[in-house]
Amino acid sequence: MLSIKNLHASVEGTPILKGIDLDVAAGEVHAIMGPNGSGKSTLANVIAGRDGYDVTAGKVVFRGKNLLELPVEERACEGIFLAFQYPVEIPGVSNLYLLKTALNSIRKHRGLNDLSAVEFLKLIKEKIKLVEMKEEFLHRSVNEGFSGGEKKRNEILQLAVLEPSLAILDETDSGLDIDALKVVANGVNSLRDEQRAMIVVTHYQRLLDYIIPDKVHVMANGRIVKSGDKSLALELEKHGYAWIAQDPGAAAAPPAGS
Amino acid sequence: MGSPANDIDRLVKREYKEGFVTDIDSETLPPGLDEGVVRAISEKKREPQFMLDWRLNAYRHWLTLTEPQWAHVHHEPIDYQAISYYSAPKDKDGPKSLDEVDPKLLETYEKLGIPLEEQKMLAGVAVDAVFDSVSVKTTFREKLAEVGVIFCSISEALQEHPDLVKQYLGSVVPAGDNFYAALNSAVFSDGSFVYIPKGVRCPMELSTYFRINAMNTGQFERTLIIADEGSYVSYLEGCTAPMRDENQLHAAVVELIAMEGAQIKYSTVQNWYPGDEQGRGGIYNFVTKRGACRGRNSKISWTQVETGSAITWKYPSVLLEGDNSVGEFYSVALTNNWQQADTGTKMVHIGKNTSSTIISKGISAGHGQNAYRGLVKVLNKADNARNYSQCDSLLMGDRCGAHTFPYIEVKNPTAQVEHEATTSKISVDQLFYCRQRGLSEEDAVSMIVNGFCKEVFKELPMEFAVEARKLLEISLEGAVG
Repeated sequence: MLSIKNLHASVEGTPILKGIDLDVAAGEVHAIMGPNGSGKSTLANVIAGRDGYDVTAGKVVFRGKNLLELPVEERACEGIFLAFQYPVEIPGVSNLYLLKTALNSIRKHRGLNDLSAVEFLKLIKEKIKLVEMKEEFLHRSVNEGFSGGEKKRNEILQLAVLEPSLAILDETDSGLDIDALKVVANGVNSLRDEQRAMIVVTHYQRLLDYIIPDKVHVMANGRIVKSGDKSLALELEKHGYAWIAQDPGAAAAPPAGS
Repeated sequence: MGSPANDIDRLVKREYKEGFVTDIDSETLPPGLDEGVVRAISEKKREPQFMLDWRLNAYRHWLTLTEPQWAHVHHEPIDYQAISYYSAPKDKDGPKSLDEVDPKLLETYEKLGIPLEEQKMLAGVAVDAVFDSVSVKTTFREKLAEVGVIFCSISEALQEHPDLVKQYLGSVVPAGDNFYAALNSAVFSDGSFVYIPKGVRCPMELSTYFRINAMNTGQFERTLIIADEGSYVSYLEGCTAPMRDENQLHAAVVELIAMEGAQIKYSTVQNWYPGDEQGRGGIYNFVTKRGACRGRNSKISWTQVETGSAITWKYPSVLLEGDNSVGEFYSVALTNNWQQADTGTKMVHIGKNTSSTIISKGISAGHGQNAYRGLVKVLNKADNARNYSQCDSLLMGDRCGAHTFPYIEVKNPTAQVEHEATTSKISVDQLFYCRQRGLSEEDAVSMIVNGFCKEVFKELPMEFAVEARKLLEISLEGAVG
């Protein structure tokens, strides 16, 4: 589904990504871990197409299309969804209105008719249960006055409504208490299926207790330095990122004695 | 990936859909202004003597005044002798039915989306169509007359209800009130007149649609609305003009009078030609609007959406004379390209327990300059006066400006006056967020701006709210940052 080859990107002239290779197939959940500043969020933002990131080399192909040529909204309509680390507030715009406009934009791109107000309300009432949110949330301004946990749940609600083929969760666990974390993880798990891939960007192993990844990648200094299955996350938890930093050769077995 | 600043450049492209010219025979007075012109206008309209005297007094007073310089706007001096003060489509000797109205005029209003045939109109809206200096048609008059509502052009009111006009004209905005009001009082050519009798709730929305067509012509209309005791009326005003390289002057006066227990809701969607991307042309919209809450428990509410004009100078105000009276001002003003707006309100608390609310939303894009100027004045007998003011500015790009000039004068210690102000930008993060959800840049900007204006739009009558949203979209077309 997603194929990244030798991706280099910089911000204001400073190289951040220095050769990323990553293949994600439909149905898979990949976790990307790494210390602060390793380039995890940059990778998420470059895939989504955020301004301010200059791709200096490499290719990103998503379902046969050269993703880097597409504007942000087309990537979204093609099925890429980014759950934001810091969702923004949009005063005066109701959650419901944003969701409906977004869903209908994506449907239009796929040659489908707009959902009627009634159909949309039916859909949303179903989806909102997934994230255990009250309906009054729908009528509040987007993220305005939401707690950290509410904002993250709202991201998952959007994910559930827009049903993308590739969902990227950028540090969705940051700032969540354990109950909110479970709600978010349950929401995400219920959306896992054969057709949908997910990239879970996280600093901590904790989230991966609830969202079990198929593959785990560790980033350091703009590269993926180690890849493995879910046990890699546990190794990291035990040894810390310093362990990776000491072993820039990557892909090697954990040090003896572990 | 373009920088946000470059993207904003693109955003500042708009198309003015109402910019066409109607080719119609007009009777136009030659440019210039003297007593002869004032007399000629009055004579054309076969006005009663009191009206001519009133005009002449206003004219003589105007000669002693100078243009106000305090507004935060800049323009070349206006040559008042280069303007024609009267232009009317020919054969307008009072068409009694639609069949007698020039088809070209009907076509013009069709194109503007304002059909004058009653069966085609939005149910529940009566229209007075003013073309250059004269009213061409007022719809639903008979139906309104059944409940005693008078809705006609002010020229007709001078013929048919001279006493009402004489009693109220200038009672809220005196002939010598300010430079532009004095000019208007001398040369006003037409406008709308509304009288709602005691206890009547006007059964439909009343509206006036102003159109400037002729070149080098100023439009000086006068609107007078009287809501007698316990009555209610909602009035809408819309306006457009052709695209021309010269600036044209529009100096209107609107007076509202609400008697005891009466309510007047006055809504404007102003879309005069704003000039082109280089700032050439456009309407100078120098307007005096004021309402008087004469009676106890009366209420006047102004709602305005100002997207057009090269320069807007306008302060719809309320004199809260009656005890417990209420004044409201809800405003969205958008300036794009080189547009300038200096707009706001005056709330003058005179009676006891009077309250006022001011919600002002200014949006600046391109090189637009947007100023809120407001006065909240509480006089010494106005016990327990309340005011709440909120002024929010939204900036798009880095070459526009937002300015706030709030004045508060309180002479009664029991008053409570609150003022809140914010300035924000459409952030790159907001745009990215919306686009990542699948919205185009245009849709994202429009959604964010509409959200910003929500508190004002909810005050507009339904049809107008839709029009206002569309206008904002057109005005910001291409303006994505």
